[in-house]
Amino acid sequence: MPVKPLLTKDFATEDLTQLKVYERTGGYSGFKKALEMQPDELVEMVKKSGLRGRGGAGFPTGNKWSFLPKGVYPRYLVCNADESEPGCFKDRYLIEKSPHQVLEGILIASYAIGCNLAFIYIRGEYLPQHDALEAAIVEARQAGYIGKNVLGKGYDIDVILHRGAGAYICGEETALLTSLEGYRGEPRLKPPFPAIKGLYGKPTVVNNVETVCNLPHIVLNGADWFGTIGTPTGKGTRVWCMSGHVNRPGNYELENGTPIRELIEEHGGGVWKNRKLKAFQPGGASMMVLLPQHLDVALDFDAIQKAGSLAGAGAMVVMDETTCMVDAARRYVKFFHHESCGKCTPCREGTFWMANIFDSMEAGEAKAADVDLLLDIGYSIDGRSFCPLGDASTWFPRSVIKFFRDEFQQHISEKGCPFKKSVEEAVA
Amino acid sequence: MPLAKPTVEHIRDLAQRYPSKQSAIIPALWAVQHEQGYVTKEAMAEIAEHLGLPSSLIEATASFYSMFLTKPEGRHDVVICVNAPCMLRGADEMAAYLQRALGVGDGQTTPDGAITWHSTIECLGACGGAPMMQVDHHFEENLTEERIDTIIERLRHPVTATAPQAAPAAAPKRRTAAPKRARSES
Repeated sequence: MPVKPLLTKDFATEDLTQLKVYERTGGYSGFKKALEMQPDELVEMVKKSGLRGRGGAGFPTGNKWSFLPKGVYPRYLVCNADESEPGCFKDRYLIEKSPHQVLEGILIASYAIGCNLAFIYIRGEYLPQHDALEAAIVEARQAGYIGKNVLGKGYDIDVILHRGAGAYICGEETALLTSLEGYRGEPRLKPPFPAIKGLYGKPTVVNNVETVCNLPHIVLNGADWFGTIGTPTGKGTRVWCMSGHVNRPGNYELENGTPIRELIEEHGGGVWKNRKLKAFQPGGASMMVLLPQHLDVALDFDAIQKAGSLAGAGAMVVMDETTCMVDAARRYVKFFHHESCGKCTPCREGTFWMANIFDSMEAGEAKAADVDLLLDIGYSIDGRSFCPLGDASTWFPRSVIKFFRDEFQQHISEKGCPFKKSVEEAVA
Repeated sequence: MPLAKPTVEHIRDLAQRYPSKQSAIIPALWAVQHEQGYVTKEAMAEIAEHLGLPSSLIEATASFYSMFLTKPEGRHDVVICVNAPCMLRGADEMAAYLQRALGVGDGQTTPDGAITWHSTIECLGACGGAPMMQVDHHFEENLTEERIDTIIERLRHPVTATAPQAAPAAAPKRRTAAPKRARSES
């Protein structure tokens, strides 16, 4: 039985961005209900629901909350709206369509963990979305959802909206906290984890936008209800961002466990221009490539991992038969090189050299030994970088070498990109 | 050029707003860029003074983030994404067309000072509407050559000719507030 969308169910409602309209769809009743509960009860509820973080790592949200040390205050909640994984545009959609849903989730999480000052860190490029959140905060403050003694329940909460200024690394939670503290957004050593020593050295929880959007629904309908949606280890739905060579790219909220085939063929309308599917990437720029033989894999953290990739932040990039896999990998490698913060040598230098080799591949100047050299550099970066950004820079290119090594050989033997040539010939 | 009084007041307010005044650095840089269009060393020194922090700290932070400009650019900022999801839907062709249409290279400003454009490998978060470009913080999606023409025309010749000639101090050089007009037709 198809499950109705949870987070996006009211997105067709006109003016949902306005507080009154959001309230009419049941908005803020989750927060009101939460305020009637004890914070510990809420933590247990979210633990029991099985909700896992939607930012990429899939860590159980309730567990993350329960790591906060007892009796240490102040403590902070930071909502990570620094969405910048190539292929990913769901948080932007969730904010644009329903900023109050994001805010309600933040308020519930803040109350549950005993935080009186929450932050939203939004990427600098998302200015209209920043403004939507700002307007929502003003409305929520006027309505008494934010401020001192919220709804007469004796709980104080304030929310600060903070704009980033263009740095992919700040999506990594410790880099985000460093950036929020005003410094260059470089990651910190873990442990100590943010739950112990986070923002301003205080216990901190960092939750993704989509993660907090689930909270009002869990609070209203219960952990058991949430447990009936999705797979045994992947409860609920996910908003999948689909891009690339499909007829209908866009955001699709689907129950976890839905086959990838359904997302691409039914919701996305299949591969465009009646072409054949060559490959797809289920988790954004970082994640390993999968092949048509993987179409029946379920949209689920564990199932995708078993198939050899990762669900990451829920971005499905679809590539048809005309795609140059070397060029696709080149773009991602250049992205990681551009976005490397420079703190650690494997990532800073490794991505630089990988980008150089990929450029020479496309230019037809690569040597036969360069394919193995790429693998060697990848090996030197993965597991040896300071943060996962460095590691992840190698996953897609290495998986492309694994499955499409012949395309690299072709670039070398034909001294250039065989796909570009065929396009130029077709045009001529 | 010293900072305008409202900007200075805003920066001082920011310092009170956060549990640590360091956190006000990035919002203060935004405020300066909003007023002056870019961030000079002198402006960073002023931020430092108002926040009571060393200016080396302001410079260290500012130089890390790609959105802070250190030199003046055109009145409008056009950024076209060429990362893989956009590439798959023809971003290279659109970037080449944009370059031909504007007649200046990647990173340059048109002679009339209207538009600075550059391509970026940094994903802007609009892959579902690829190919796309960001025009003054506004996303223009599903680009075609015709749409690029229309957008450029609009930027060069704004319909509303009511903008004051001598910009008062309050008029931002580089807007940090979103356009109030509706999302353009796609």
